[in-house]
Amino acid sequence: MYETSYHRAGSVSDAEAAIANAEDGKFLAGGQTLIATMKQRLAAPTDLIDLRHIADLKGIAKQADGSIRIGAATCHADVATNEDVRTSIPGLADLAGKIGDPHVRHMGTLGGSIANNDPAADYPAALMALGATVETNKRSLAAEDFFTGMFETALEDDEIVVAVTFPECTTSAYAKFPNPASRYSMAGVFVAKGDSGVRVAVSGAGQDGVFRVPEMEKALESQWSADAVANIKVPAEDMLSDIHGSSEYRANLVTVMAKRAVAALS
Amino acid sequence: MSNEGIGARVLRKEDKRFITGAGRYTDDMVLPRTGYAAFVRSPHAHARIKGIDASAALAMPGVDAVLDGNQLVGDGIGNIICGWMIHSKDGSPMKMGAWRALEPEVVRFVGQAVAVVVADTLKQARDAAEAVVVDYEELPAVVDSLDALKEGAPQLHPEAENNLIFDWEIGDEAATNDAFSKAAHITRMDIDNNRLVPNPMEPRSALASYDRAEEHYTLYTTSQNPHVARLVLSAFYNVAPEHKLRVIAPDVGGGFGSKIYIYPEEIVCLWASKRVGRPVKWTSDRTEAFLTDAHGRDHHSTAELALDADHKIIGFRVNTVANLGAYMSLFSSSVPTYLYATLLSGQYDIPAIYANVKAVYTNTTPVDAYRGAGRPEATYLVERMMETAARELNLSPAEFRRKNFVRQFPHQTPVIMCYDAGDYDASLDAAMKAIDYEGFPARRAQSEAQGKLRGIGMSCYIEACGIAPSKAVGSLGAGVGLWESAEVRVNPVGTVEVLTGSHSHGQGHETTFAQLIAERFGLPTDNVSIVHGDTDKVQFGMGTYGSRSGAVGMSAIVKALDKVEAKAKKIAAHLMEASEGDITIEDGEVKVVGTDKKLSFTEVALAAYTGHNLPEGMEPGLKEGAFYDPTNFTFPAGTHICEVEVDPDTGKVTVVGFVAADDFGKIINPMIVEGQVHGGLTQGIGQALLENASYDEDGQLLSASYMDYTMPRADDVPSYVVETTETICPGNPLGMKGCGEAGAIGAPPAVINAVTDAIGTNNMQMPASPARVWMALQSAGLKQAAE
Amino acid sequence: MTTVTMTVNGKTVSGEVEDRTLLVEFIRENLELTGTHVGCDTSQCGVCVIHMDGKAIKSCTTLAVQASGSQITTIEGLATGDELHPVQKAFKEHHGLQCGFCTPGMVMAAVDMINRLGPNLDEATIRHELEGNLCRCTGYHNIVKAIKAAADEMAALPQAAE
Repeated sequence: MYETSYHRAGSVSDAEAAIANAEDGKFLAGGQTLIATMKQRLAAPTDLIDLRHIADLKGIAKQADGSIRIGAATCHADVATNEDVRTSIPGLADLAGKIGDPHVRHMGTLGGSIANNDPAADYPAALMALGATVETNKRSLAAEDFFTGMFETALEDDEIVVAVTFPECTTSAYAKFPNPASRYSMAGVFVAKGDSGVRVAVSGAGQDGVFRVPEMEKALESQWSADAVANIKVPAEDMLSDIHGSSEYRANLVTVMAKRAVAALS
Repeated sequence: MSNEGIGARVLRKEDKRFITGAGRYTDDMVLPRTGYAAFVRSPHAHARIKGIDASAALAMPGVDAVLDGNQLVGDGIGNIICGWMIHSKDGSPMKMGAWRALEPEVVRFVGQAVAVVVADTLKQARDAAEAVVVDYEELPAVVDSLDALKEGAPQLHPEAENNLIFDWEIGDEAATNDAFSKAAHITRMDIDNNRLVPNPMEPRSALASYDRAEEHYTLYTTSQNPHVARLVLSAFYNVAPEHKLRVIAPDVGGGFGSKIYIYPEEIVCLWASKRVGRPVKWTSDRTEAFLTDAHGRDHHSTAELALDADHKIIGFRVNTVANLGAYMSLFSSSVPTYLYATLLSGQYDIPAIYANVKAVYTNTTPVDAYRGAGRPEATYLVERMMETAARELNLSPAEFRRKNFVRQFPHQTPVIMCYDAGDYDASLDAAMKAIDYEGFPARRAQSEAQGKLRGIGMSCYIEACGIAPSKAVGSLGAGVGLWESAEVRVNPVGTVEVLTGSHSHGQGHETTFAQLIAERFGLPTDNVSIVHGDTDKVQFGMGTYGSRSGAVGMSAIVKALDKVEAKAKKIAAHLMEASEGDITIEDGEVKVVGTDKKLSFTEVALAAYTGHNLPEGMEPGLKEGAFYDPTNFTFPAGTHICEVEVDPDTGKVTVVGFVAADDFGKIINPMIVEGQVHGGLTQGIGQALLENASYDEDGQLLSASYMDYTMPRADDVPSYVVETTETICPGNPLGMKGCGEAGAIGAPPAVINAVTDAIGTNNMQMPASPARVWMALQSAGLKQAAE
Repeated sequence: MTTVTMTVNGKTVSGEVEDRTLLVEFIRENLELTGTHVGCDTSQCGVCVIHMDGKAIKSCTTLAVQASGSQITTIEGLATGDELHPVQKAFKEHHGLQCGFCTPGMVMAAVDMINRLGPNLDEATIRHELEGNLCRCTGYHNIVKAIKAAADEMAALPQAAE
């Protein structure tokens, strides 16, 4: 790891000031990706601004409209075990409980995960399928506007994810096929049914990161069953390919995981 | 009466320090003024070094020195050796390319060290290592052994034309060809054995210091054989004469073969400690471990099995190309030859065998012995062929094997080995019973009802352990003897210290070796301590690998105990005025048979050391040493049966049942033996389903971290059923055969036989990853559709 | 350089570290508590697992400065005097370790698992929950047995006290 300077922010404004003063600063949340990347010398921020101790970024609250607002610095373990999340959006709780391993889930945060937008990360699929809103220190963004490509988001360098609000939904499920080695998502499919209809979003498999599958959404709108998606294939040429599986294999996994997510709800 | 003797499930004496965090591993050691080493490593698989500019690095804070290969060679540090000479079939010796601990001219694999930085802190050293500028001229690289043999392939070493190290053969080619000409059925297959990375959880580490006044070096290191390390460092690498070099291997966190060898980093730390005038420490990170720890396996083979009309095997013909990587590691040449092809007879009576093995250089990490070493490759080949032949002929896999089992012992195979004892039916019976083989069709139907494919597969393996006697291995090319040593010291108060040349890095020697003393004298194991791993404390020994510490290491202790017992009896007989032949030692007491006369073991020990009343002419003291050289290899064998369930939608294989029925001969501590089997099986299942060292065509290791190299996790493997059958090994006093490698040897073919049984196509190379299994199902489906 | 202060195994400790110092480096080098190990660079192997504020984390993927002000428990702080924690005892009794290198992380992970999920653990749960801890020696068989036995013992404890 290269040398760096650490700043612990006590508030969002603290963090804003610290990043403004830094030459090449980065926000640090749980650090489960950033520190690993810095250890490999693949990232070299001059300054790290730690958001984990900002009280305003923490906590899970069920809102009056039934939506759930989760502070960006909330760790995966807290999302996975939160009663409100488990009853209102069980698919989200399940997804959070499948990220990394128990120790990683104690440190890794919602905000950190979506700000990094690793194509193999799980949360982006939930945000897309649930039609979540990302609240930053500057603005609010729909999930679809937030994720802009592999490891790319709409976030500006000094923009901080404050919270994510997930609207109420009727039903939700996430089915994930983990990479055998890393246990990151090789294909994870989040299926949700809510006021705005059915949404299907995919993590892990796509070359451009998280994506929705309109054909599956349409099919499920007309027939809510695993069979409805069984023959819908995403284009293999848009999928990742590596030593763990070809793009054809990943395209197949998307269909299989979609089936399983729906089946889990039937 | 002691209940801690042979056969007792004694809990481990060494555990307390490990479960409380008090283990002492090399990286835990600190010496005053230690400098930290960081290596500058090649990012290229093959490149000429045109220059090294260390000026920026030298100017960085805390940097003591930047040393390179020219300095190393200039100081007379010797090239890294391969200690087992193999001759090609034309009689010519194997072709060794020069391997320097720091390469001054041409790098030949990604991760090869070209320079070292020593600095006050590790962070400074690593920062500076990055600032060392190496000017490389890239050369074309070759990673696959078959490609390396092709005309026009990039050439690694001028010594080895066409990258060929040796072209070796074993067996009777003419007789084998003759058998094939008479065969009623021939089974043919191309079989690969995938390259693995050993991955002990403790990365390698070295801490070297030099005492200028005494001209003496001390090396703490992660070694399975500290004495061999000292010998090689002295005799070949010219670091220091043996009496000026102490090697200590303290607690070592697993080895699996990868810590047998003396690597460049240990040599460089020793050399640098004198050059910079301070202790020098290096600890591998996991990426370095992936790139530089000797890899295992990596064979391409074609095999042919000839059967007569009665389904008896009449011939076996094998061609293997073994990838040894960029350089010849210490025992690399023995692995695809004498540790491999000598086991091609399996458990079967095969009259004619012929094998040809070509060993090849490639631009990859050197390959050497990894748990099983040659024997897993042989077993995989034999047992995949047996299964395939049975399927081709529509025979029961068990009955086909039984028809060909060796049943008369000793049995001389056509490939050197003489099996001394075994009962292969017994372990097959035990395994089939334990897994409820009869009930499989019902279980398969159950799985099918749930949309899953179920398969069952077996493997009847044999291995050769102990790797001895010395005279025999010497005649086959080994550069060292493969005996073991022991010294048993009875202290004046009757407690016992056993000094052994074996080394424990997880095997539980502190417990099992103490059980021998409990058995012999009836002393509690708490009164015994096992001393190992320090060349200043222990007499010369050969270390631990090849499942040799029981059959060879413990036999040496038994020999020393014989001498101690004889002397103790003489002393006791003298003290109690009885005949020596009437003395027995049990329960910590020395008794005169048929009388109530007795002395405590402590009283006899004290008498030996006071010397006040010893038999005429007897030397005082009660301490004896022994060296033990076995008369033969030992031959553990058994049957492993695996049951899998395959998810046809994803290709994921779940091992739903695994039974191992092994014959290890006499067992000292069943708890520890079972633990060895569990670990071996998991590495075997890992090879079959998960693990693969994968290179791209430029020689970059794609699976160079746990992000991409699939290590078996707890939820990848089942609970095991481990059973033992017993035939006593006639070759050593305890009747032991060895258990450390059996799991890794037996499991892979059992798993793949089960997977191919489940998916209904025999075309599957390891690892049977989800993607590969899914692809196999797709192509089988397409083929079926086309037909 | 930054001064970090934290409570480690019940004692307040502090030290001067570079900001890039990992928590595991602080524990091993500054505090000389070498029971916590390092086995990989990618946060997968779990030999570095400790408890921070009562929860299992990977100390190789946490900076020492991040942990400043927290309560840390390492393997050295798990036993009460000479009285081993039930999980430590179970690892010995069920031969849940061989070379011992993964053991501290395994034990800390197991304690955390029982703390989180309660003592009624089945084999499948234990195996799944060990996703963040690698062992190359035991094949996990006896680790799973040990954790199950420790959980059972801990489940029985309150009843015994009643």
